Amino acid sequence: MIEVRNLSKHFGPKVAVNNVSFTVKKGEVLGFLGPNGAGKSTTMRMITGFLPATQGDVSIDGSDIVDDELGAKAKIGYLPESAPLYTDMTVETFLRFAAEMRQIPTAELKNAVEKALETCFLQPVRHQSIDTLSKGYRHRTCLAQAIIHDPEVLILDEPTDGLDPNQKHEVRSLIKRMGQEKAIIFSTHILEEVEASCTRAIIIDQGKVVADGTPEELKAKSERAGSLVVKAKGLAASGIRQELEKLSESRKVETLESGDDWVRVRILPNKGKAKSLPEAVFKLAVEKNLVLEELAQEEGRLDDVFRQITQSDTTLAAA
Amino acid sequence: MAEAIWMTILHFILPLVVVAGIFTALMMYVAPREVRTIFKREIRSFFTSPIAYVCVVIFLLISNGISFWFGGVLERGEADLMLSYFQYLPWYFIILAPIVGMRLWSEEQRLGTMELILTMPIAPWQAILGKYLAASVVLFTMLALSFPIVLTMNYLGDPDNGVILSGFVASYLVSLTFLAITSVFSAITRSQIVSVLISVVLCLFFWLIGLEPVISTAVNLGGSIIGELTESISMLSHFNELAKGILGTRDLIYFFTFIAFCLFSTSVVLKLKRS
Repeated sequence: MIEVRNLSKHFGPKVAVNNVSFTVKKGEVLGFLGPNGAGKSTTMRMITGFLPATQGDVSIDGSDIVDDELGAKAKIGYLPESAPLYTDMTVETFLRFAAEMRQIPTAELKNAVEKALETCFLQPVRHQSIDTLSKGYRHRTCLAQAIIHDPEVLILDEPTDGLDPNQKHEVRSLIKRMGQEKAIIFSTHILEEVEASCTRAIIIDQGKVVADGTPEELKAKSERAGSLVVKAKGLAASGIRQELEKLSESRKVETLESGDDWVRVRILPNKGKAKSLPEAVFKLAVEKNLVLEELAQEEGRLDDVFRQITQSDTTLAAA
Repeated sequence: MAEAIWMTILHFILPLVVVAGIFTALMMYVAPREVRTIFKREIRSFFTSPIAYVCVVIFLLISNGISFWFGGVLERGEADLMLSYFQYLPWYFIILAPIVGMRLWSEEQRLGTMELILTMPIAPWQAILGKYLAASVVLFTMLALSFPIVLTMNYLGDPDNGVILSGFVASYLVSLTFLAITSVFSAITRSQIVSVLISVVLCLFFWLIGLEPVISTAVNLGGSIIGELTESISMLSHFNELAKGILGTRDLIYFFTFIAFCLFSTSVVLKLKRS
């Protein structure tokens, strides 16, 4: 549905987006992650045809954003980063305007506006002037204009920015629901959002795609993925540690807490040994007559992966 | 009095109503829906903000005030408005047209809504035209509400109403050209103040180079060809011709190409700003 091939954008000598390629199919929700200034918004602006790309092309359901500009734009619903709105209009007249701009036939205008008002919970403020609205309502008004023509493709730049936790939850479930029959890209720097509503995630750093996969695949890249937290009792702390370090499955043992005859550690597994690690620890405990009070395997956390991958620029800045 | 009212209706209000009617018909049935949608939004926005009303009122106060007090409409004892009224109108528009037009694109950039409309399935020229036409309606309103001066002239004497009407046509064309200049500069900057200032300076430039001293300086410096060139670029000579009641094609072509060029430049500026 959305195809991005070798997309680059240069602002003068600065390379904002560097050779980015990916595709999003119908039914996919792609989370677009990256630190501030990584090139997320620039990429989205090129996909929606607002900024011309320096290199590469974008096609939306077969329509090229340059060659068939209006055809491609007609298929996209777009929520820009700051949720811009005409502040002198009321919510309803603004949505009517958006519906007309989206070529919705006059007979269906009313329905389309009603539906958008309903989906984004805007009925209480429909006759209110936009400049009197709170940030949450403004954001949802802008979201409403993005979905008013029931587009096949949705590009949402930080759709939950500035919302309270309840509203965030609503928007996330809305994205998840709509994602079943649309192709959606949304950017965020809130990682739990990715786990909550994405089928796939891309991490972009300094204009480049540095990771691409399902949230599970990304989590598995975490250093801690598959690591085992163990609390064992029965020997001196250093003794238990030594035994655990001797295991062929363990790569590194970190002490978390310790007492006279107990220790709580995290064991990082050797490559490919994560699965057999719990069994090995259990056998060891039986053999050495240790009591296991805790044995839990960690999944790996998305923010660890995020930090591991995107720290390049901060370390450079520090050096 | 009855005769003066009748003459005003026949020679001023009726032609304006016809023009407005033709314009509305074109908007409804010929213009693309996108242009109409943008136009409607802009018109609503003009008349929900105080700026349009303030401009109309200021224009009426100044245009009538100056021609009565300084232009000496009454003392002249002749039924000719050129010297007392029309020759001042472009000066007001040098300031008022940029004020009316300043928000056209500056506001879009300040609010960020440019990103919204330029990612909708609409060609930039349609947005530029829709906005320009909406602002031109505001200027039209200013001139249409100047009917009392026509009424006064018809009450006092027996003026050539055709010449008066062409005075208005010439003034409107000048104001439209100033508006087109403003369109370009409102696309350049997000600050409305800056766009007004630059536009006023440019409008002033294209007006002043038509004045006698400027042209004679040009002739002294560069010979008669440069002088003629300066005169043909300036709006003043074309305005004067039209206002005399001579609807010369050359002058009409001048104004229309000027406007078309400015609107085209607006689209170029918008494109350059994005890349």
